[in-house]
Amino acid sequence: MEDVIVLNYTISPDDFTRAGEASSDVKSKLKQIGISPEAVRKVAIAMYEGEINMVIHAKGGEVTVEISPVAVKMILDDVGPGIPDVDLAMQAGYSTAPDEVRSLGFGAGMGLPNMKKYTDDLKVETELGVGTTITMVVNL
Amino acid sequence: MNKFYHSVRLDSELCKGCINCIKRCPTQAIRVRNGKAQINSKFCIDCGVCIRICPYHAKRAVYDKLEVMKRYQYTVALPAPSLYSQFNNLDDVNIVLHALLLMGFDDVFEVSAAAELVSEATREYLTEHEDNLPIISTACPSVVRLIRVRFPNLISHLLPLNPPIEVAAVLAVKRAMKKTGLRREQIGICFITPCPSKVTYAKDPLGIEKSEVDHVLAIKDVYPQLLSHMKAVGGEPKELGTSGKIGISWGRSGGEASGLFSENYLAADGIENVIRVLEDLEDQKFSELKFVELNACDGGCVGGVLTVENPYVAEVKLKHLRKYMPVARSHMDMEEEAESLVRWTAAVEYEPVLNLGDNMMQSFARLNQAERLCKKFPGLDCGSCGAPTCKALAEDIVRGEASEKDCVYFLRENLHKLSDEVAILADDLKAGERGGQETLGILKEYIKRISDEMSLLDNQGKEEE
Repeated sequence: MEDVIVLNYTISPDDFTRAGEASSDVKSKLKQIGISPEAVRKVAIAMYEGEINMVIHAKGGEVTVEISPVAVKMILDDVGPGIPDVDLAMQAGYSTAPDEVRSLGFGAGMGLPNMKKYTDDLKVETELGVGTTITMVVNL
Repeated sequence: MNKFYHSVRLDSELCKGCINCIKRCPTQAIRVRNGKAQINSKFCIDCGVCIRICPYHAKRAVYDKLEVMKRYQYTVALPAPSLYSQFNNLDDVNIVLHALLLMGFDDVFEVSAAAELVSEATREYLTEHEDNLPIISTACPSVVRLIRVRFPNLISHLLPLNPPIEVAAVLAVKRAMKKTGLRREQIGICFITPCPSKVTYAKDPLGIEKSEVDHVLAIKDVYPQLLSHMKAVGGEPKELGTSGKIGISWGRSGGEASGLFSENYLAADGIENVIRVLEDLEDQKFSELKFVELNACDGGCVGGVLTVENPYVAEVKLKHLRKYMPVARSHMDMEEEAESLVRWTAAVEYEPVLNLGDNMMQSFARLNQAERLCKKFPGLDCGSCGAPTCKALAEDIVRGEASEKDCVYFLRENLHKLSDEVAILADDLKAGERGGQETLGILKEYIKRISDEMSLLDNQGKEEE
């Protein structure tokens, strides 16, 4: 199947109001294809967590979503500070979010753990001072 | 039974084909085609927004006329709690209940009394299902319908209890049959409704096979009659009311939730707000919530489109009325087998009406096509094509229900291209570069195409007049 639907989104920095716009757009499109509600839920949660991470830590970035009849692939690309210790960041509850972010109810240290929990594959490529690319796949 | 019965209808005589309703419909269920609005029955949830906003009153709700009372030997009125909020300086619900009897009903059964039973059953349900929180209210039929078509992941969170209207109807039937000895069909159960959504419920309920509500009357029809009869009710009317603060509060947003004696609830009203909450619930953005109360109308049931009073004034009146009432006056242990009549007996199933195609591969291909179309359209969401947004037009096209030529900008571009071609041909002709007859033929063909496209525009104009 050569057909892959590619969707591109720009995540704006420091804008919590708009965080989640991209994931809800993807969600509404997935519902139109008629894939299982469970898969829609997984994609929506994982992508929302990723978007919020980009807003909190990375001054925004680019998200590319590739939908094929067998899988949804999300590539979250930022030019933020990078993740110093990925294993630590993957631990539930570990957070480096600043206090002002936590006071908004974000930054509970569940971002990456949830992204792992709700996807079938998660790959983190990161370099300090250069940026982070997270690739997530949810199989349909 | 029709899975998609509707109480909100179009009066095409009155419809001018403007774009007000298509732009405001929260589920994008309306299109203007051939100069008239059309309501898509699969998308419509009978919320009544279009009735409220149509400047030509071309949307209306179907409900029963007061004359239906005459068809029965014995009738019972089921007043919604929001009915009490319609009157000035009302401090005793008994005045309204007695006025209903003077209007011709043989008995009254307060929906607010049944609501207290539902509140009690909900409290019990919540403690038994702490592993499946939050539980979402199912009292507003429009909200249940919305979840059924758009939020499959939330269906398992629906409160599987009959709404107060149904519980009241079942109890009213029982009481009437026992008291009169009449057969079921000789008894008429009439709910007095603030909204069309409850009409839909009575005809085609979700959660049970068939509703015991026989007829649904509009508050706005009953109101003028009641006003005159209320004057005839004496100063100290006999006690008929059987509900307290909890039951009465169901008439406004937050009322149902406050009857659960828990702080961990959310109450949202107004269909756009409801949709936002459901989206966030689906993405698990809320934690530690026990209960979610959702009402399609602003302010809750007091904001129903068939009420008379301003919803926010009505809310104040309801607060005033409940001030000196006991907390609750109806309890589950007062009714035999109350447990069984409160529980749902039919499951609510996901209806994937948003799918673009008949199967996944077709839907996938159509989404791809719709994405490409969207890039071609101007993105102005002008509504001239009859769809609320460019995206909606693209979806209609891939479903085979509209065409690219419905877009006036697309058409305009086409005309520009054609007229450019004509100009080139005319230049050629002048320079004598091509065979005169052949070029003339092509020129004629182009001019015909231009006039065809122009007439398409004319038709659109005519339809919208």
